[in-house]
Amino acid sequence: MLIGRVVGQVVASAKHESHSGQKLLLVETLDLDNEPTGLSYIAVDAVDAGFGDRVLLTMDGWAAMTAVGLPRSPIDTAIIGVIDHVELDS
Amino acid sequence: MGRVWSSSKTEQLEGVKLLLIQPVDAKGADAGSPLVAADAIGAGAGDTIYWCRGKEASLAMLPAEVGADSAVVGIVDSVTTHEDA
Repeated sequence: MLIGRVVGQVVASAKHESHSGQKLLLVETLDLDNEPTGLSYIAVDAVDAGFGDRVLLTMDGWAAMTAVGLPRSPIDTAIIGVIDHVELDS
Repeated sequence: MGRVWSSSKTEQLEGVKLLLIQPVDAKGADAGSPLVAADAIGAGAGDTIYWCRGKEASLAMLPAEVGADSAVVGIVDSVTTHEDA
């Protein structure tokens, strides 16, 4: 799983039927200094995350579709948590 | 950005439109290398799309069983970022 920040929302009217009613968010991945890595992904939101939230991102299809409760759907990335705090050993 | 034609391919890929897609960043600038993806929703040249990676891409074509590792699953109307708000 990766740490990311929600930076946008994606609207798509023509899409796979399994994606109907799902919130699609644009997530930028972060390094351990909370700096953007330069990579961003569209993720299905399983936890009602919002703009600016630091989130836990899974990029495994089975994990993502299970998290949003849509088995056998073409989903490869999902937000599965909003991160409150990350503690790093010094 | 284009299409790919293949006459000798797996039977599963018969009738599947193969699109050549260019990944872009949040601002629409090219990001990374182009790839080939099966079209599951009727996308066309110039559309901004999103696609699914990996074996889950095959699920986009159900009930047809198509072995493919990338599938276009949505046409993007808009992306709202915090900068727009």
